This record gives sequence, C-alpha cells and structure tokens, in this order.
Amino acid sequence: MDYVAPKTAMEASEALVQDGAFALAGGTDLLVKLKTKFISPNIVVDIKQVPKITSIEESMDGWWIGAATPCAEIVEHESLCQDWPGVVEALSLIGSTQIQGRATLGGNLCNASPAADSVPALIAANGTCVISGQTGEREEPIENIVISPGATVLAKGEFILGFKLPKPPSGSGDAYLRLIPRSEMDIAVVGVGTSVSVDKNKKITSIRISLGAIAPTQVILDGLEDIFIGKEPDEDSINKLVSLAESACRPIKDKRGTIEYRTKIAGVLAKRTLNIAYERATNH
Amino acid sequence: MSKTHVSTQINGDSYEFLCNTQQTLLDILRHELDLTGSKEGCSTGDCGACSVMMEDRLVCACLVLGVEANGKEIETIEGLSSGSSLDPLQQKFIDLAALQCGICTPGVLVAAKALLAKNKNPSEEEVRFWLAGNLCRCTGYDKIVRAVLEIAAEARNT
Repeated sequence: MDYVAPKTAMEASEALVQDGAFALAGGTDLLVKLKTKFISPNIVVDIKQVPKITSIEESMDGWWIGAATPCAEIVEHESLCQDWPGVVEALSLIGSTQIQGRATLGGNLCNASPAADSVPALIAANGTCVISGQTGEREEPIENIVISPGATVLAKGEFILGFKLPKPPSGSGDAYLRLIPRSEMDIAVVGVGTSVSVDKNKKITSIRISLGAIAPTQVILDGLEDIFIGKEPDEDSINKLVSLAESACRPIKDKRGTIEYRTKIAGVLAKRTLNIAYERATNH
Repeated sequence: MSKTHVSTQINGDSYEFLCNTQQTLLDILRHELDLTGSKEGCSTGDCGACSVMMEDRLVCACLVLGVEANGKEIETIEGLSSGSSLDPLQQKFIDLAALQCGICTPGVLVAAKALLAKNKNPSEEEVRFWLAGNLCRCTGYDKIVRAVLEIAAEARNT
C-alpha cells in the first residue's frame, strides 16, 4: 500500500484515478475500515495538503469550510458558530474529543452513512459542496452527493474540496438534534436539521428541514412552504409538520430502534428543531 | 511496497523513521520508537488509551497513519513529566487513587492536560464531556474527574 500527499488539487485527482486509490482526510472512518479489512487500498491519497481544503473563510458570498478541516477547528470559529449554530452543533456531535480533532465534513459526507450527523444540518442550511476532479471543479447541492449507504456520486479522481454555506439573512436560525440511546458518542437513531428565516413580524419566509437515519439517504421534507410560509408556527402547523416528518420515514429496524420508534422520534425532533430554529431566527 | 521516510518532533526531540503506509502512529510510537506509554486498547478510536497531541490537537494515535506525522509536532505521555519529577496532574492521580489497572491512565492524563490548557476552570460536566472518549474498564471515572477538578482549582489558586 503506497502513500502520497499531493500539494495540488490536480495531483490529488491524478493520484485518486488509480485503481484501488482511497482519499484520506481525517482518517477516523478510513483507518477503521483498513484495520477491519473492509477495504484494501493500493494507494492512500492524503488530501490535507491541497490548498483551501483545511481553511475556513468568510466572504460577502458566504462561508467556505474546507472539506478536510477538523471539526474541533470549526467549533472554535466564533462567527461561523453565530451564523450557523445548528450546523456547528451537528458536527460537534461526531465522536469524542479525540475524534473531533481529526474528523472532517468531507469525510462525514463521503462515508455516506444514513446517520451522518453533519449532513442533515448542511442540507437544511442550503449548503453546497465543491468537487474537484481531473477536469476541474464543479459545485453540487449536498443532498445530491449520497446515493445509497456507502455510495456517492463522486467519479474516479474526484474528491470534495470544500463546502459553501450562504450568509444567513437577518432573521435566520438553524438547529440540529439527534437521538441516541446513550448520552454521548453514539450513532444517531434519528437526526433532524432545520433552518428557518422570518420577517420583522416573525412570520416565516423560508423553511427547510432534512432528516437523517430514517431512510437509506438523508430526506428533505416537501410541502413545508404550504404549511408555514407567511405564518408563525402554531399548534395546527406543528401537528402537520409532525405528520409530514413521520410519513417521510422509511427506516431500518436495528438494535438502536424499531421502525415505529424511529418514525415517532422523527416527528418529535422535527418539532423540537423547528422550535429552536424559530426562536433563534426571531432573536437574530 | 515502498516505505516512506518520516521526520517528526516528539516531545521536543527530533525523530526519523521509515514507515509502511499501514503502520499507525501508535504502531510507530510503541514498536519502532520504544515510546510504550501510549497504550493500545480498541485500535478503532473508541477507547482513547492511545491519546496523544498532534499539532496541539488531541487525537487517537491509532487513527493516525505514521506517515501523516511527517513534519508534525507530537506530544505523548512520556513528555508530561520533567525528568523524574511528575507533572502535578500525575501526582494528583496518585494522591487521589484515580487509577486502578492503569491502562487507560496515560490517555486520560494526555486528554486532561489538553482540557486544562484550553479551559482553566472546567465544570464537572465539561470534564466528563471532554473525557467521554477515554474509557476506563475499571470504571474509576469519579476519582479521575475529581483529580482533574482539584488540579484545576489548585492551579487557579497559585
């Protein structure tokens, strides 16, 4: 097994085109797969020296978060935490302190687990990712990347360079909650990311909710606009949201939860994240 | 299969070694460099027994490839004491009997030092959250948490 640490995106793509090449960012999934012989790479391509891949930048257009930036570094970025508290909450839930020191958003997305904590929050935030490949760069909405558990749309030689999040307009808020059987360090039974914006009369102007771990890939709730736009959340609209979230569920049954339990929790977390995100939006 | 030449700083000393890609930083520390203070528990990043600092970040050495250490600064449990005099945190662990079998202790100490460098006044909850990635199969968590809180309080009062 060979190792290279290319200094440019093009060299990284050329290395990744080879048979049996695997990209290494934080390694918290890759090294476990190596040890359990789930994968046997011919070459490991360490992408962390590619320019921009470990940087966090704020501009007029919004945020850039390099795909290989460790979560611990993102959590320490105060103005990003202010703009996207839900996204930061989500990624801060990935693993222990030690894992946070290495784990990355690019890895969390490309590992393509239905239970990836950062992904519903990034989708709710209308995030996109920049994919680098041999023919250059392309930008995709985050919800287009994972196609089934463990599989992504990335072609040979492609890797995620970074994520773009919009600058939230005033009156915006987001939130992420997950349910796990223990208090720390576990895999989501259900995870929900919610992002809302309100006008000066506290009426909702936009809303986006994404659910994780309740289907083979992350789900975006359809039909929220009809329920919420131009209104403040009330009992009737919240009840409709709960039904919508429950009916979006196509979960597996495993040791962490039954289908009925996951479905019920999806509704509960949709409601709770909306309450938190709405509260944040009205105070933003 | 080619070996990669790696030069790194560990506890302030320069080290050079040749490394197979599949060797983890923990393999290198323990088997190539004889720095056996970092322990191997689960080797999948769950137990924290191999906690070390890399570029001032707390990481599991079992989830870092040895080749990734090239050009990096690493700190291990061996760097905690100065010569034969223990770090105050180590002495506090002894005083409060915050260890039983001792396998988790090096990782706990490295992780706790990282917390105290970042947060001089952690609450009990913050200590417990921070150390959630350090498993103690003797389950002596309470004394560990008390030792960390006491040393933080003492450091604030001096």
